[in-house]
Amino acid sequence: MSVSNEQVRHIARLARIAMSDEELERLVPELNNILSWVEQLDQVNTDGIEPLTAVIDQKLRLRDDVVTDGDIRDEILANAPEAQHGFFAVPKVIE
Amino acid sequence: MTELTAKTIAELRDGFRAGEFTAREIAESFNSAVAAARTLNAYTVETPEDALASADAADKARASGEVGSLAGIPLGIKDLFATRGVNTTAGSHILKDFKPPYESTVTANLREAGAGMLGKLNMDEFAMGSSNETSTYGPVLSPWRRRGSNVGLTPGGSSGGSAAAVAAEIAPGATGTDTGGSIRQPAAFAGICGIKPTYGRCSRWGVVAFASSLDQAGPMAKTVRDCAILLEVMAGFDPKDSTSLDLPVPRWEANLSGDLRGKRVGIPKEYRIDGVPSEINTLWDRGIEWLKDAGATPVEISLPHTKYALPTYYIIAPAEASSNLARYDGVRYGLREVPESGNLDAMYSATREAGFGAEVKRRIMIGTYVLSAGFYDAYFTKAQKVRALIKQDFRRAFEQCDVILTPTAPSAAFGIGETTDPLAMYLNDVFAVPASLAGLPAMSVPGGLDEQGLPLGLHLIGNELDEQTVLNAGLAIEERAGFAARPDKWW
Repeated sequence: MSVSNEQVRHIARLARIAMSDEELERLVPELNNILSWVEQLDQVNTDGIEPLTAVIDQKLRLRDDVVTDGDIRDEILANAPEAQHGFFAVPKVIE
Repeated sequence: MTELTAKTIAELRDGFRAGEFTAREIAESFNSAVAAARTLNAYTVETPEDALASADAADKARASGEVGSLAGIPLGIKDLFATRGVNTTAGSHILKDFKPPYESTVTANLREAGAGMLGKLNMDEFAMGSSNETSTYGPVLSPWRRRGSNVGLTPGGSSGGSAAAVAAEIAPGATGTDTGGSIRQPAAFAGICGIKPTYGRCSRWGVVAFASSLDQAGPMAKTVRDCAILLEVMAGFDPKDSTSLDLPVPRWEANLSGDLRGKRVGIPKEYRIDGVPSEINTLWDRGIEWLKDAGATPVEISLPHTKYALPTYYIIAPAEASSNLARYDGVRYGLREVPESGNLDAMYSATREAGFGAEVKRRIMIGTYVLSAGFYDAYFTKAQKVRALIKQDFRRAFEQCDVILTPTAPSAAFGIGETTDPLAMYLNDVFAVPASLAGLPAMSVPGGLDEQGLPLGLHLIGNELDEQTVLNAGLAIEERAGFAARPDKWW
């Protein structure tokens, strides 16, 4: 399978990365190179194999559903590019 | 007296405790060495006052009798670890000026043991690279050079700043992280030791995430013993990391022994690949002899899915990265770019365009593609299945052996700018990635120099939770390789 310019533009949109036509042109062959290389996995018979999700066997732990942290609003906002009235501020969303 | 910066962590620790020198003297020696080595571009931030404050606390503690296991030892910290109030940028423009209001568990453990911080160490952007060339701060220069040449070489990556700092003696030890070889390959390139423990040994909390099912922290230092000392402090259960292993930390240093009688060393035939310089295979053979001399028995083993490890990795790691890096949106921290009269969506896209470098974008794009509707099963699920087979290969191999010996990397350090093809760069980790996919402890120790005078590493892979055998085999090699070469100080 190889990807077209249109598909790459769509992926860039899904990934929320603005991309010039030039950059796109450069990226398409690179991505196709990488994709055709990873496609050698098709040679491997994986019938009946469960996908591995946890590399070391362990159960996810549960903890009591109680507040263990918080009340640090100013610390959390300290790195915000823009904060107003105790909130993260972003460009207007609703016209 | 040997210069303090030339000493190992064990020597510094013991000398400090015996009163041969003060922690302040140690910190001052390293602080001046750091300041004199800026040409290497190893540090992104220098924190001499932090190192001095910890040193003073250590000197005071020593006077009163109770010292922590790393009291008096200043360390370099890879820029992937969140350090309270000190820039933590993962080598990325998108995290410029980010000062975390919290400390990673691993660095908090080191501080708790009395260690100080010399500064933050340069790295490939978001740990995506094998040469440190993808950093927003520019590449680190290796202190090593080819004999008779002044061509700038890479220290490897992604923990390139850590490797260069230890090799140049501007840190006695450093933290690294390893997702697909990022501790081991730079350790090999720089002629030092580095170990990635079993997945889950070191908490990932406060470590900027790249590929969460693979990321592991580990130490980089001059000797195997130093790695054991640091790892004991870095490791440990942390309820804040859902994949942290709830197990006691073994006493790796106290149990170090280069006596390998009764141990079987697996030699995987699939690791003899075409195109690897003969010097590397020669060193591998020498490594087998050294382990035999230490009492171990070599056995040929097979890891049949080895050749599929890299392509598997280059599906899984970018997929996880594309998901992890979705958080960099210009809202809560880091860079924000808003185009003229742009809306929120335009802000996301412009921020990420301006903030991420080429390799990071490439991986996000690959990852987004393999996770997208219609392709998920063909790529991502397929890769997870092959990963299960790779894990099974190792499980079977460890029925026949106790530790596996291979070369660390398929070449010695290369020149900055010499490798421009992404796929060729990925091949650097051909020997390192399988152990990452299987979550196994693995270590690089220096084995010797190549014809051009550059270090080559030997790679040991252990069974789950068996860091001790990895360290012991590493020690056996260290004792026999007699690797004492240091780069000439040209910086």
